[in-house]
Amino acid sequence: MPPDYWQTLRLTLALAACTTALLLLLGLPLAYALAYGRSRFKPLAEAVVSLPLVLPPTVIGFYLLVAFSDSSALGRFLIEKLGVSLNFTFPGILVGSLVYSLPFMVQPLQAGFGQVPRSLREAAYTLGKSRLTTLWRVLLPNMRPALLNGLVLTFAHTLGEFGVVLMIGGSLPGTTRVASIAIYDEVQSLHYAQANAYALTLLGVAFVILVALYWFTKRDAARLS
Amino acid sequence: MLDFHLLKALHTAAGPRTLDVRLTLAPGELLAISGPSGAGKTTLLRLLAGLDRPDGGFIQAENQTWYRAEPRQWLPPPQRPLGFVFQDYALFPNMTVRENLAFAAAGQPQPAHIINSLLESLELRELAARRPAVLSGGQQQRVALARALARRPRLLLLDEPLSALDLPTRLRLQQVLAEVHRQFELTTILISHDPAEITRLATRVLELDLGQVRCVGPPVAPAVPATVVGRVLAARPGGRLLVQLTGGTQVEVSGTAVVGEQIALIIDIAPTL
Repeated sequence: MPPDYWQTLRLTLALAACTTALLLLLGLPLAYALAYGRSRFKPLAEAVVSLPLVLPPTVIGFYLLVAFSDSSALGRFLIEKLGVSLNFTFPGILVGSLVYSLPFMVQPLQAGFGQVPRSLREAAYTLGKSRLTTLWRVLLPNMRPALLNGLVLTFAHTLGEFGVVLMIGGSLPGTTRVASIAIYDEVQSLHYAQANAYALTLLGVAFVILVALYWFTKRDAARLS
Repeated sequence: MLDFHLLKALHTAAGPRTLDVRLTLAPGELLAISGPSGAGKTTLLRLLAGLDRPDGGFIQAENQTWYRAEPRQWLPPPQRPLGFVFQDYALFPNMTVRENLAFAAAGQPQPAHIINSLLESLELRELAARRPAVLSGGQQQRVALARALARRPRLLLLDEPLSALDLPTRLRLQQVLAEVHRQFELTTILISHDPAEITRLATRVLELDLGQVRCVGPPVAPAVPATVVGRVLAARPGGRLLVQLTGGTQVEVSGTAVVGEQIALIIDIAPTL
């Protein structure tokens, strides 16, 4: 077992959990707007949300690194006015994760909103219900597989994050050194057994999460029909 | 009770047209709307409910303005006191029958009383704990109607509520609709293609075609089915029979009978589909 195995694992899970929770809050309104909005700029917004899917993580990491540093206006504002320095900190890699995993939350949710028949939404409106009540009581309960999909994919995807974290956070044990970076470090130092401990853990967690997702989805489909 | 003039661009098979309907409904009236598909029937209902925005005109319900083009006024759908029964029923799959009704009755005084009396009068008590997915079409239709009524609407809009049902269920639900209309005295607009259904239920009928009102007036009773007698002359392939009617006219019909047999033919006016 590597010396700071538990510390690294705790950090990795904390990053994945925080990213998932925050992205749910951010992703729901965004996916709602993308699913039902009729703005001319929708394709533009969809492209921006999907960018992290196609960009190399190092590109995202690089621009965030620059944006957070005192060489950019945003970075100067954060550092001088708010006293927040994001590079090489946990909040910094959290922001990076939010950007990087955004499509993994928004796309399943957007598809889920799109799959709920329009008449269900309209029926709720004609019954005098507000958009918020309709979202909470009608839309979300009828798109649970999509909701679960978004949560699980975001969580699993963040667990495996490497490039963005490395660019913004480096490899500070207990602060920014997540499991995937620890694997890289251990291999660099030729500690194959310790790298294997991390790799096997990530493999196991990812597999269990996906099995749980498909099992719940199947059970949920059976329950509603 | 309801006074409206609605304009809306329609995209019909015959090209772009304008839906243009001006009408006043008396309280408690049951208006049927019929017409070929693409005539704008559903669009008209959706405009009244606020699910689509009109291009012009106004909707005045009692003393409340739901919509007016100039000066601009718009009452969002949740604030219009109406019940809408969708063609596909639109029951919430995640809720039981009782929960569907409770969702609608929430915010009304004495919701439990409303729910129980609706379950009773629409014969849904046995089904209250079931989810919509396990119900038959006719049962789902009754739940959809009960749910629309649970909100205590002032106006009931029914978009071809019975068209997807088999004939016995349809006849049974026509009685239910008539009973509901008598009991609640709701101003009702019903889209229907079935002349018999319209005669049975409606006080007035509006014929729409390509967005224009063809006629408005009391429903005309469809011709009573007539019976004629004839003798089978020949049996042809595909179950067709050549029959000579009294008077000498020869017709070909589908059916089974022995050559030479005297049979009765019922002439019915089939509902236009």
